[in-house]
Amino acid sequence: MARAVSTRRKIGFTVAAWVVAMLIFFPILYTIITSFKSETEAIAGFSLIPSGTLESYAEVQAQSNYFKFFLNSVIIAVGSTILALVVAVPAAWSMAFSPTKRTKDILMWMLSTKMMPAVAVLVPIYLIFRDTHLLDTRIGLTVMLMLINLPIVVWMLYTYFREIPGEILEAARMDGATLWGEIVYVLTPMAVPGIASTMLLNIILAWNEAFWTIRLTTTNAAPLTAFIASFSSPQGLFWAKLSAASTLAIAPILIMGWFSQRQLVRGLTFGAVK
Amino acid sequence: MATRQTSTLARFMMAPSVILLFIWMIVPLAMTLWFSFQNYNLLNPGNVSFAGLFNYKFFYTDPAFFQSIWNTLVLVVGVLLITVIGGIALALLLDQPMFGQGIVRILVISPFFVMPPVAALVWKNMIMHPGYGVFADIAKFFGAQPVDWFAQYPLFSIIIIVAWQWLPFATLILLTALQSLDGEQKEAAEMDGAGFVSRFIYLTVPHISRAVTVVILIQTIFLLGVYAEILVTTNGGPGYASTNLPFLIYRTALLGYDVGGASAGGIIAVILANIVAFFLMRAVGKNLDK
Repeated sequence: MARAVSTRRKIGFTVAAWVVAMLIFFPILYTIITSFKSETEAIAGFSLIPSGTLESYAEVQAQSNYFKFFLNSVIIAVGSTILALVVAVPAAWSMAFSPTKRTKDILMWMLSTKMMPAVAVLVPIYLIFRDTHLLDTRIGLTVMLMLINLPIVVWMLYTYFREIPGEILEAARMDGATLWGEIVYVLTPMAVPGIASTMLLNIILAWNEAFWTIRLTTTNAAPLTAFIASFSSPQGLFWAKLSAASTLAIAPILIMGWFSQRQLVRGLTFGAVK
Repeated sequence: MATRQTSTLARFMMAPSVILLFIWMIVPLAMTLWFSFQNYNLLNPGNVSFAGLFNYKFFYTDPAFFQSIWNTLVLVVGVLLITVIGGIALALLLDQPMFGQGIVRILVISPFFVMPPVAALVWKNMIMHPGYGVFADIAKFFGAQPVDWFAQYPLFSIIIIVAWQWLPFATLILLTALQSLDGEQKEAAEMDGAGFVSRFIYLTVPHISRAVTVVILIQTIFLLGVYAEILVTTNGGPGYASTNLPFLIYRTALLGYDVGGASAGGIIAVILANIVAFFLMRAVGKNLDK
């Protein structure tokens, strides 16, 4: 039975929700606006109308070679995600399609590794990285982020794969499909959406990781998290530049995030809320 | 269905993940445990000796230790209160019929995708700055004295920033839980004359209680490790006023070069996290059985 909602009530909720949403979004909006101001405009008091200058963007790139950091972020986030998928897909696959008595225990144990506070292993990881000359290298950071996110990737893939009906596999086998044929023609097409959303969420998490990326890099491999954190040292007022750098740093992930918000719930709650 | 052949294959497919995670868990943790019983300073690396429980005693008797534990708890509880209560209110609001619901959702979820250093710096400089921030502009507009947030209320300011980052997460998960509530049940309750409050207490609360538990537990795991937000705003100060346990360990390790002391702190952090983890695993494990 459809219930007619009075338009007046709907308008009331609309206004309330938009006001709250704009308040929450405001710091981001104001950053984007400030990035199109000049430095003097940026500290000249509250204003939502920028002059539209692009000088801050040009200066960020000219002064600090912004795109080097951007490139590092892309390489580390995408690289660690692909590595994690390569390792996790077979594992999640076998757990979803031929579960054993221990499957649940293994999954729980994987989850438990995620509980280890990063700072507790800062010293050994730092020393290992120092002694193997992995400090400030992209490869070191990529492997690091792969390990950190591996449990989430396995879990997310597992919850997706589990929803693929097993009867389809049996039907394919009855029709004489080989294992290889099963994987290529039956399972892969059904698994692709799950793998894609896992990939998206993992790139977001890796992009925003702000402990190891700051502590294990100095210049060569420093991604955007480390670059932005370096703005914290007080060297005068440079808010337009900070805003420009911030806008560039969050824009790609913000857009990816908007597309993946539904998968996010499943991924971050390990399937406990869908 | 699982023949011997497929189960061997399954084991083979699982091996890389299991081995990698096992090494990742055991090796650094064992090293931290080992270091925590050693006198080991990076400035004097040739002189390493067994220290017994000295590092733990050192950490335990440091006045900064109890303050950092206290700050960690205040930070976690403060952010949880704001995000859970705010998240329930927001989720209830967003669950109502309205125009442009999709865009509102996107606006509300956005802060979650902002990397911690950006979130902290934007709040520090553009919102809470005593001279040029938006809060100062508002105060000046009303003729009041602007507040120097990070000097006067350092921990509270950090709580605000972290809560802003996590409120979207709580809202999104609680909204997802709300939306799975059976609409017919709601209508039936309404027709039986149940008002908003009693519908909320008897229908909504039991339905979303598990989602609330999950939100609390997952956020706690992340909130115990808040680091970048402190690094770029107050750097733990003034004094130790906004130093939490991770930040104290970082200070001991990389600023004091004290490997032993930092490792003892790390072990304490592991114990704290394990207490939380125990409950999280139970909540998630229950879901697996269904």
